[in-house]
Amino acid sequence: MKLAGARRRKAADWAVRIAASLGAAVGIVFLVWILWEVVSRGASALSWSFFTELPAPPGEAGGGLANAILGTVLISAGAGLLGVPAGIMAGIYLAEYGQGTRFGGLVGFMVNVMMGVPSIIAGLFVYTLIVVSLGHFSGYAGAVALALLMLPIVARTTADMMALVPDSLRESALALGAPRWRVIVQIVARSARSGLLTGILLAVARVSGETAPLLFTALNSPYWPHSFSGPTANLTVTIFNYAMSPYRSWQQAAWGASFVITAGVLAVSLLTRYILRRTT
Amino acid sequence: MSLENTSRRNTGDVLFHGAAVLAAALVLLLIAGIFTDLVRHSWLSITTFGPRFLWSGAWNPVTGEFGAASSLYGTFATTIIALVVAVPLSLLIALFLVEIAHPRLAGPVSGAIEILAAIPSIIYGMWGLFVFAPYLADHVQPALEALFGGIPWAGALFSGPPMGIGILPAGLILALMVLPFTTAVMRDVFGLVPRVLKESAAGMGSTTWEVFRNVMIPYGRKGLVGGIFLGLSRAIGETMAVTFVIGNDHRIAASLFASGNTIASTLANEFTEASDPLYLSALVELGLVLFVVTFLFQVAGHLWLRRLRGGAGGGR
Repeated sequence: MKLAGARRRKAADWAVRIAASLGAAVGIVFLVWILWEVVSRGASALSWSFFTELPAPPGEAGGGLANAILGTVLISAGAGLLGVPAGIMAGIYLAEYGQGTRFGGLVGFMVNVMMGVPSIIAGLFVYTLIVVSLGHFSGYAGAVALALLMLPIVARTTADMMALVPDSLRESALALGAPRWRVIVQIVARSARSGLLTGILLAVARVSGETAPLLFTALNSPYWPHSFSGPTANLTVTIFNYAMSPYRSWQQAAWGASFVITAGVLAVSLLTRYILRRTT
Repeated sequence: MSLENTSRRNTGDVLFHGAAVLAAALVLLLIAGIFTDLVRHSWLSITTFGPRFLWSGAWNPVTGEFGAASSLYGTFATTIIALVVAVPLSLLIALFLVEIAHPRLAGPVSGAIEILAAIPSIIYGMWGLFVFAPYLADHVQPALEALFGGIPWAGALFSGPPMGIGILPAGLILALMVLPFTTAVMRDVFGLVPRVLKESAAGMGSTTWEVFRNVMIPYGRKGLVGGIFLGLSRAIGETMAVTFVIGNDHRIAASLFASGNTIASTLANEFTEASDPLYLSALVELGLVLFVVTFLFQVAGHLWLRRLRGGAGGGR
């Protein structure tokens, strides 16, 4: 009787061990499946002209998405120019000035909440704020929408990384007579710089693959991004438009664009990981 | 000389401090701005439909009748499916990572699961529409219908033509997208369980499963709830992956195989086409509902997690 109980418990244990291993396998199988489809379907759509030419009309062979690639890079860079300084300053406030204050606590909390705001809401907000008042879609609006998403990510990592810098370092610099802001910029930020860099890269990676915030802001365009003040071509909205189109050649190009964006985003994510591992 | 130096130092400090305060205030301003702006632009719809908007199933741009019911149904149905699949699966994966796998194996496996979070959502959409949906329609949905279709009541959930797109496929893809987040929280929560507790249980003769069920889960219970909350609010607002596979149909069908819509997918699909002011306003009100719901879930989740951290460790 006792022996039977022990056997049953052992069997249950083995069953759970196997289930847990299978669970991990399921996660990995899906990752490999997705990446495999993106690589195999995407690679066949890539060619030299994919990176150098404008889109071809549906049904016609050739053409590329050079304008969308350039547009995505420009919009992401614009978002970085807006979001990174604001994020770093907010992070500095949280780590250096606001600790223990009510305002600091509230801002820190809201940074976490803001990270969870759906990206489409950022697009909607910028639409009502900028697109409606200017009367047209623009690359600027797209950059602002993405910057909204970057701000809390950069602020959170900056605050966390700067909080790791020991107080003794700050105190010795202050004791030498350095003004507070120079202590923050030259001592604290410098010793946390790889952490700050990972925060920025993380935010860039997260944001450059976003589609929803661009749908009603940057929109999309079949032309070169001559000026940022009109609808601006970008890879992710192009994927959406092309995938929903009935043309095989466009769907093919959507896979090519998927490959490019996935490779770019994963490369930056892996770089971040590498930096983090090297420094910690 | 020294006086001049101090005064200059003060200006630098004042400017820098001011910039930091401004950036911090910007965070609060933006959240307040999103709320007031969405209210302002949905005012026409709010005043036209009143609270009826929330439970009305109408969605007719031609007659100008709008209601959020079908979008809310789709949003919550897909989110619940995502959690029903992702929570047990991430519990198993976390158990695997913390207790079963050799550390040499746990590192790469954990890294691979995290990469799932780095893949852009539009890629999930592409894969979902062109690869996963046909697979579901050919293999999974017929099997589900054969298994559950005969059961009274519940059978209706798994009936109808297996198209591969609809509420169920959207929920399954969301599950995959939420998985890395819930797994990471659970892995960290289980990592916090004191070794002594686990070892005493094991010393009493408990198997790994019994230690997990009787010691680790009760100890980490509250942290798990917080993790589920954060996963939930992530699934609710997900846009592109859902838009690709949900079918975008404004009706509430009994079957999970049927197509539907979520708030986010409706916005993504219809916003640029809406020319009528009332239509546009109704769409913004949908966005407002989504914002308020995710905001509340986020606040609840973070407050819960913060209370845990304050109360040292978790536990009882």
